[in-house]
Amino acid sequence: MPQIEEASYAKYKHLVSERVLTGETMLLNMGPQHPSTHGVLRLVVELDGETVVNAIPEIGYLHTGIEKNMESKTFLKAEVMTDRLDYLNTVGNNLAYCMAVEKLVDLDVPPRAQVIRVIMTELQRIASHLVFLGPFGLDLAAMSMFLYCFREREYIMDILELCSGQRMMTTYFRPGGVWRDVPEEFEAAVRDFLKIFPKRVDEYEALLTKNPIFLDRLVGIGMLDAKTAISYGVTGPMLRASGVDWDLRKARPYMGYEEYEFNVPTRTTGDTFSRYIVRIEEFRESMKIVEQGLKKLKELAGQPTLSANRRFVPPPRAEIGVSMEALIHHFKYWTEGFPAPKNSVYSAVESPRGELGVYMEGDGGPKPHRVHMRTPSFCNLSVINEMVRGHLVADLVAILASVDIVLGDIDR
Amino acid sequence: MDKKIEPIVQTLQETFGATCEEFRGEAHIFVKADQIVDVLTLLRDKHEFELLSALTATDYYPQQTPRFHVIYQMSSLAQNTTLQLRVPVAGDQLNVPTVSHIYQTANWREREANDMFGIVFEGHPDPRKILTPEDLDAHPLRKDFPLGYEEPQFTFNFDDIDLSKIYAKE
Repeated sequence: MPQIEEASYAKYKHLVSERVLTGETMLLNMGPQHPSTHGVLRLVVELDGETVVNAIPEIGYLHTGIEKNMESKTFLKAEVMTDRLDYLNTVGNNLAYCMAVEKLVDLDVPPRAQVIRVIMTELQRIASHLVFLGPFGLDLAAMSMFLYCFREREYIMDILELCSGQRMMTTYFRPGGVWRDVPEEFEAAVRDFLKIFPKRVDEYEALLTKNPIFLDRLVGIGMLDAKTAISYGVTGPMLRASGVDWDLRKARPYMGYEEYEFNVPTRTTGDTFSRYIVRIEEFRESMKIVEQGLKKLKELAGQPTLSANRRFVPPPRAEIGVSMEALIHHFKYWTEGFPAPKNSVYSAVESPRGELGVYMEGDGGPKPHRVHMRTPSFCNLSVINEMVRGHLVADLVAILASVDIVLGDIDR
Repeated sequence: MDKKIEPIVQTLQETFGATCEEFRGEAHIFVKADQIVDVLTLLRDKHEFELLSALTATDYYPQQTPRFHVIYQMSSLAQNTTLQLRVPVAGDQLNVPTVSHIYQTANWREREANDMFGIVFEGHPDPRKILTPEDLDAHPLRKDFPLGYEEPQFTFNFDDIDLSKIYAKE
């Protein structure tokens, strides 16, 4: 079996201080099998007693070659793999991918499909932040948070299952719209969740936000200023906690986000606590958007949820039974796919972690020439060394949890 | 093309002889490899492009000149606009100067591009591998790298497969 090599000075000499040689500080492996690294992340930590001098992330343990695999599949089939990138934000990944395909082939999305997409991504954002909050509490010894958060997450998982048949790997969005219209029970299920959840967020806050032990662990820990954050490409709640009001939903609205009323929560301190509180506030903002989305959905009842541009969307099931042309189209659509122009586009959405961008290049055929996923966790993790210097090992755990990394998103 | 970036594109065309292509409202600007440091410094300091959203590459094998394009996806928060820079790289001359001193995020992104395409970023402060295994001597995202399949290792065939691994021969 291959062994994880020991952290040696020779390999890290350009990144750690020379005090390692005299034994004044020591190099220590944290991970890849460590419960507080949220996956298979390995940190090589230089320690002076219990103080962190440097922390060097080692990634790649979960590298699956998704970008390479996508090049061998048609645009439709490659979408299935986007679910596997950031497994806490599957619907959001589908959205980023579909938007890139739509931009590349110039495909429209009907209004009802846009509203469904917004509702689903905002629900997914809540679910993703819940999986931030649960393990975050767990890392700070607030054990019960984990159970509460996963209890609420089940509601959202059930809604996803209701619409797509899958709890996590939904592939519900398709280029040109969504797979199917939402079922009748959808609205009631979302309303149920909206009724329960605000009280639950208050409960979380009662447990954590004013808890002095919790605050002692977070306030003033892991400072990150705006300039460093932007230079490292940090986006999303982390950047907003550092005082930059930057949200792609507001700045470059897509899927009709400009029609929704919501605020972008920001903080100026840039410590671990502000990264936590920004996400708590985003719970409430996302609920607002879902609420408005449901209203719009009612207004648009009965409208199509898939584009009418048949070049890029499959024929409706009912037509296949009676029309020979539709049957041929269906067959050719799913076997051959559709061609995309020989050019490239970049399209980005605001995922729960930050800017999720897709660089997509067509080669004139039905398969992408190159797909690159600009994943937010990758950049957000790279700044960790700037935040942990001078803090204790226990704080390192808290700071890492506040970054909210997903290793599937980082390694791809 | 976005009105806001038209003067910037013009400046780049005049100063660096860059060429510009447009597609779906996006500007793709082609610059030479030895100019990229100057271009990015200019964009960051004079035109408020604070954020390097993405840095990646694409392979046009079997075409050799240029075989690769290194892509810099720039983003301006202050002006709310984007710009894409593309640096053509020949198949036998894979050197591009590093920009990690201009944008810190380029540090990891360049390591990734080096892993995946073998593009050498000259002067990179930390040229270690980042995503691929230490014993892999290839660049998987190149078009001439086969999309291979590996037999899964189970208990019954673990040792057989293990013997074929590179580390077993040492």
